[in-house]
Amino acid sequence: MKYILPFLMLGAMPAMLMAQPDAAEILRKIDKQMVTESAEATATMVITNRRGRETRITSRSWSKGETTSLVEYLSPAREKGVKMLRMKDVLWMYTPQADRVIQISGHMLRQSVSGSDLSYEDMVDNGKLLDIYDAAIVGEEDFMDRPCYVLRLRAKEGVDDITYAQRKVWVDKTRYLPLKEERYAKNGTTLLKNFEIREVMKIGNRWYPKEMYFKDVLAKGQGTRYIMDDIKFDVELPAYLFTKASLRE
Amino acid sequence: MFRFLMKGMLRDKHRSLMPTIVVTLGVFMTVAMFAYMKGVMGDMLNNSARLESGHVKITSLAYRAEVDILPNDLAMEDGPQMMAMLRQDYPELSWSERIKFGGLLDAFDENRETRAQIGVGGIGIDLFGSDATDRDRWDLKSGLRAGTLPQNPGDILMAAQLAGNMGVHVGEEVTLISSTVNGSMSLQNFHVVGLIEFGIPPMDRSMILADLNDVKMMLDMGDWSSEILGFFPLAYYDDVLAEALTDTFNTLHSDPVFMANDTLAFSANLDHDDSIDRFAPFMMSMLDDSNMREYFGYASRAGSIVSFVMIFAMGIVLWNTGLMGAIRRYAEMGLRLAVGESKGHVYRSLLVESFGIGVVGTLIGTIMGLALGFYLQEVGIHIGDMMKDSTMMMPTIIRARITPTAFYIGFFPGVIATLLGAGLSGLRILKRDTSSLFKELET
Repeated sequence: MKYILPFLMLGAMPAMLMAQPDAAEILRKIDKQMVTESAEATATMVITNRRGRETRITSRSWSKGETTSLVEYLSPAREKGVKMLRMKDVLWMYTPQADRVIQISGHMLRQSVSGSDLSYEDMVDNGKLLDIYDAAIVGEEDFMDRPCYVLRLRAKEGVDDITYAQRKVWVDKTRYLPLKEERYAKNGTTLLKNFEIREVMKIGNRWYPKEMYFKDVLAKGQGTRYIMDDIKFDVELPAYLFTKASLRE
Repeated sequence: MFRFLMKGMLRDKHRSLMPTIVVTLGVFMTVAMFAYMKGVMGDMLNNSARLESGHVKITSLAYRAEVDILPNDLAMEDGPQMMAMLRQDYPELSWSERIKFGGLLDAFDENRETRAQIGVGGIGIDLFGSDATDRDRWDLKSGLRAGTLPQNPGDILMAAQLAGNMGVHVGEEVTLISSTVNGSMSLQNFHVVGLIEFGIPPMDRSMILADLNDVKMMLDMGDWSSEILGFFPLAYYDDVLAEALTDTFNTLHSDPVFMANDTLAFSANLDHDDSIDRFAPFMMSMLDDSNMREYFGYASRAGSIVSFVMIFAMGIVLWNTGLMGAIRRYAEMGLRLAVGESKGHVYRSLLVESFGIGVVGTLIGTIMGLALGFYLQEVGIHIGDMMKDSTMMMPTIIRARITPTAFYIGFFPGVIATLLGAGLSGLRILKRDTSSLFKELET
């Protein structure tokens, strides 16, 4: 028996190696789950402000590729009709009250959206982690009873002007969803934001977040829940939708 | 005797004209400087009260703790109810509600595309309400450089310099980009109906004035109130009254747990004690609100020291004048003693003379000092060019202020110092004995 065991182990090596993907492979799998080619979704953002009061904002969004998306607020009445169009690094915002289209760029992209814990950047982010970060597995832990890989992400050389230069991510070992994230500034010690996926859903073969939680550590509110009410992937979207002219319609 | 003295004084110009001129100049400088110092201090306090703090200010505790970032989301609820209570319970003060806010002012072209954009500060005041006291307090008419005062909701006044920098003209529509109390981005269009000069460089660079209700609507504040300012009926600030009022109000209306702690350690108290009602009202006096108490103390002391030094220096000069006048007449005094005039009589006549010169010089000097003070009070000194890059809330015109004290302050150096000088030098007369007197006369 003692002679057979090493051979058995040797035979099992490829399978063991496959069960333990490297960090880049994990990022690739996360991107496959989280990044969409095109999508149409309805979501509710539940914001608890500093007075402890809850505001619910529902929105409809369309996205195409990693850098083009449109969000339209459906409620409450005061916010209804507000639209945000992202085209590459520029965000355009339209409000029917003023009938104005205003460009939001630079540091303003990091401002809070509607008093929530999400920045405009967070709101329209659909970029691939693998393109931005180098990753390393730093451990394995359970989070919300799910076994996770713990990854340390650092921005790649040459990737500048990025809000979260480092992240610590807890990735579900089987679903490859980032169940928990600590997002840090460039120095790697200043925690800027906490992110959690609190509920997931399966659409076709893809696991996707159903409810997310954001907490801006520097803000005094009580965090923001982002609930995905409905989402469709790989939908046909007219190119006209992602133009400034469409904002006023 | 009086006739004799008068004749002597009028005939001997060295005894009357020169000392009177010196006393006049000394008193003139003292009075003018005193009025100027009072004006500079008063202007700073008045501006601070009018534009920033009122004589007392009420905010929520939470708002007060973060006042530097204008946290309108932490305003007091039920503002109208609070205003009604204040007007009923504290009718001796005039109460006004204000909202300060920041944002981006966006000027746009015919395609509604951004043409110019700049960060601005804004104040919402009651422009259309039945109580006109606050808009009167701003004296907007006198600062208006173009256009009119707001007539309708949606009208704003813009600092003339700011408008010039942005290329905005009267009648244009601009968009104010700000943030509601819920944190949502707010874009609101306003009509620029007038361009105004505030006379304070930081405000002239970046300030707009809008109606309180328009601002509340823009910030989605409902009936919340950020700041309620109270003004005493008299224009000047009375610290004793303000302190008494804040104590009474806070004991009755603020949070009792907070009041039992160190009320100046706002953040520490609010962050560490959840039992405190963070939105309870809290009244602060002007000096505490603007963190001016320490500065005001220093400035008052410095003002007093400057005035004292001025009075003292003038006193020395005028004392010396009296001294010189008496010493110059050493021989005359000797002769008068020699012909039998008593020492006491000579001494008294010297004092009467110097008193007369002091009174006349002081009266003329006070009139001249008050005249210059009045001119500086009404016209002032323009320091706009020096202040163009300043970030201090200082007026561009420095004015003097004539107070009741200015009418009598010149008498201290003018009359008393002159009298003391003459009195001191005259003492020599009393010490001269008859034998040495004749000896002196021989020489």
